Amino acid sequence: MAVIVDLAVQGAQMLLVLLLAPLLTGLVRKTKARFLRRRGPPLLQPYRDLVRLMRKEVVLAESASWLFRVIPYIIFAATWVAASLVPTFRTGLLFSWSADLIAIIALLGSARFFLALAGMDVGTSFGGIGSSREVMIASLAEPAMIMVVFTLALVAGSTQLSTMAGALLYSEVGLRVSLGLALVALVMVAIAENARIPVDNPATHLELTMVHEAMVLEYSGRHLALIDLAAALKLLLYLSLIACIFMPWGIARADASLTALGLGLVSYFGKLAVGGLLLALFETSIAKMRVFRVPEFLGAALMLGLLATLLLFVSRSL
Amino acid sequence: MLTLVLLCIGALFGVSALAIAIGRSALATPIVYGSSLVVSLLSCLTGVAHLLSGSAVERLTLPLGLPWLGTHFRLDALSAYFLAVVGLGTFAASLFALGYGRHEKTPSRVLPFYSAFLAAMNLVVLADDAFSFLVSWEFMSLSSWALVMAHHREQENVRAGYVYLVMASFGTLALLLAFGLLAGPDGGYGFAEIRDNHPSAVFAALVMILALVGAGSKAGLVPLHAWLPLAHPAAPSHVSALMSGVMTKVAVYGFVRIVFDLVGPPAWWWSIVVLTLGGITAVMGVLYALMQHDLKRLLAYHTVENIGIIFIGLGLALAFKTHGADFAAALAMTAGLLHVFNHSVFKSLLFFGAGAVLTATGERDMEHLGGLIHRMPQTAFVFLVGCAAISALPPLNGFVSEWLTFQAILLSPQLSSWGLKLLVPAVGALLALSAALAAACFVKAFGVTFLGRPRTPAAERAQETDRFSRAAMFFLAALCLVAGILPGLFIDALARVVQAFVGARMPVQAGVEWLSIVPIAESRSSYNGLLVFLFMVISGTLMAFAIHRLASDRLRRAPAWDCGYPDPSPVTQYSASSFAQPIRRVFGTVVFRVREHGEMPPPGDTRPARLTVELHDRVWDALYAPVANAVGFAADRLNRLQFLTIRQFLSLVFASLVTLLLVLAIWP
Repeated sequence: MAVIVDLAVQGAQMLLVLLLAPLLTGLVRKTKARFLRRRGPPLLQPYRDLVRLMRKEVVLAESASWLFRVIPYIIFAATWVAASLVPTFRTGLLFSWSADLIAIIALLGSARFFLALAGMDVGTSFGGIGSSREVMIASLAEPAMIMVVFTLALVAGSTQLSTMAGALLYSEVGLRVSLGLALVALVMVAIAENARIPVDNPATHLELTMVHEAMVLEYSGRHLALIDLAAALKLLLYLSLIACIFMPWGIARADASLTALGLGLVSYFGKLAVGGLLLALFETSIAKMRVFRVPEFLGAALMLGLLATLLLFVSRSL
Repeated sequence: MLTLVLLCIGALFGVSALAIAIGRSALATPIVYGSSLVVSLLSCLTGVAHLLSGSAVERLTLPLGLPWLGTHFRLDALSAYFLAVVGLGTFAASLFALGYGRHEKTPSRVLPFYSAFLAAMNLVVLADDAFSFLVSWEFMSLSSWALVMAHHREQENVRAGYVYLVMASFGTLALLLAFGLLAGPDGGYGFAEIRDNHPSAVFAALVMILALVGAGSKAGLVPLHAWLPLAHPAAPSHVSALMSGVMTKVAVYGFVRIVFDLVGPPAWWWSIVVLTLGGITAVMGVLYALMQHDLKRLLAYHTVENIGIIFIGLGLALAFKTHGADFAAALAMTAGLLHVFNHSVFKSLLFFGAGAVLTATGERDMEHLGGLIHRMPQTAFVFLVGCAAISALPPLNGFVSEWLTFQAILLSPQLSSWGLKLLVPAVGALLALSAALAAACFVKAFGVTFLGRPRTPAAERAQETDRFSRAAMFFLAALCLVAGILPGLFIDALARVVQAFVGARMPVQAGVEWLSIVPIAESRSSYNGLLVFLFMVISGTLMAFAIHRLASDRLRRAPAWDCGYPDPSPVTQYSASSFAQPIRRVFGTVVFRVREHGEMPPPGDTRPARLTVELHDRVWDALYAPVANAVGFAADRLNRLQFLTIRQFLSLVFASLVTLLLVLAIWP
């Protein structure tokens, strides 16, 4: 019986992230437009876009290979699995132990590896430029992320996200400088990973500075829909991750009652909404930077992460 | 079992002699590779059987070699593990060569040395006295040198062979001195005597440094890696795979045998040396690899990176062992040794793929390839699996060993010394950086070679490779997946090896629910490659099915969009060097002193604009060039000695005799 409930909760989480992801994207777009004093698309527009794209026929470039057609499914699957393993409204999900935080990051790394390959597949100059910049950004963002994980794992004594959230919520961790540095580094990495301003502009086309959009330029129809959905899932994943580690309040425990689950769900929605609003505010208040300033930005994140880890050793032993 | 393995080695020597006799016949290639295949499989299975059955250590002494010493052999868990790794690599290489070897123009230059090389690698891991160890080590170097020189008419290969020979002799010299110190003044050269006779702290440290130099130069630790990217690509591809995938592992074996076993209790600061070198090697190796556009050279440089990762694992094991944290040491050492296996699998696979591309197109330069996925879909698929595995992507095997290494790094609060406390997280950052750069490197390797449009007619006319080569590649690709989704089996198999050297082992993984791996405790960390793999397959297939059923499955081919400016010329694609340009700018200015010169003709001038990139290998400039110059200078000066008259020669001999006697007389 317990297993069935656990399975149901895990399934609910998988569906929840999938259904919620386009809404979050819609929220960010709408808020950004309102900040710019535009009316903006309706909140539900991303869903309509996805449905329309899925129904359209795929126009495939003549030089595209079989790999190009498989990659959208790989990217979607990897991102979805990663997103379903991050605790959202309840910790201790049935399969949460099948991948810890390092494995979740590596799963996202798999998705990016294949996306970069997709950019190279058709053999256009735009695809290549996108791929080569993406791997450059990733080569700095991933180590920065790993340093954040080190800091958190040393504080919580675990790389398991459920345990981590529990440790930060219930034990006397207190305010730590290291955690603050890790939060800043994590936010910087999240901005870079999700191709947001100031690293990349998600709303651009036909621009020499585009990175993510340049890689997916040749995609159309259902393939494009899957890649867009995966991008939305990734944004949701990072917001859930920040929420579950740094704002774990309200998240339900593994043995929680139905009311606690409801409370967890409501608090999760609230956190997502706040995160989306803050992201939109941040994006409208800052200008995009040159591509070769990005390494400095991410290098700062890497240094912050390393500093957070080292500070932890220093402060522990004093 | 030891007798069986020794018989296998004897058989390999027999095959080598046979190859000399029948080298010119058309049947020589299938006979040599076929028999090597069978023998390798046999010795691999023996190693696995010894490892799994938990049988006792076996010893054997043959009345060969030095008359008062004899030749000692010993099969323990570590030897058995490396025997299995070597056997597996040589099995796959022989299978590949059954097809690939047919394209060899001068088989008589390859075949005799090939089986001798296999025999020598097996002998190194079995040797139980310093003399036979060094002889087999040197035999391994020389036979692989002969294979590097197989195509000796190419100028590049001659240089590669020369540098390799010099570095190999240098490495053996270091090991010779290390064994000299270990044997002590009484000259007990058997490993059993060496184990009983612990050298003093200073000598032990010297032995460790010498082992690091000797084994490290063979494995490719920075800054002793200079020969590796020259020599590995020069050999025929199946030999490149063996040199990169297997011979470097034999070097790791040498290091583990000396430092963890023979020298006695280690000092804690050794780990600082090993960890620093490992971290630098990992990052430098992948940065070098990113700058290459020769496919085989890129792979060879990437071996340097993986050796760095292995040495990080071994260095952590040393650190934890000297601090009494035996379980952490077991975890770190398992991670390092598992990476030995993993790297030998995917590096062999990738070199086979490069060999298949070389046969199909005659090209190793990625700038002349492209679009091969259309012409060689099966090779492209397995090469992609290898690329994903080496980039440490789940659910493949490369990720497991890196994940275990990360878990070991996270145990660093158990270390009490401050130097290590600060060093270990920094090494973790280097490891993460090298993993991310490795993914970039293999997006480039696969993307430029196999994807896009063909850049030359040779790439356009490529043909899928033969059946044997494909069988070998599919076999290794399947191993990459199996080791990635069932890592618990491999961890358990390594338990006895680790137990023997650090006094602890990782928890038994066989009984864990759902076959996940739990290095310390379930609340701390766990990973389940099988479930991750299944989830990905199920969700991807479900989505594909749902979309095709419910939405649309129509598809139309059309010219590429490319923002409305498609260009029919394949030259406008991103090339290998333009792909690496952003990373070159970020890291290269410091590491390689990169200078880019743009030359833009004035308006109205029809000359094309030019961009030249200048790269410096700082290690070569700082370390090797001065030595080479000094040797050259001395040789020029001493050249005069060749042209003396007979009187001058006689007086020279007389003068040296007198000097020698004087020295002996004055010597206290």
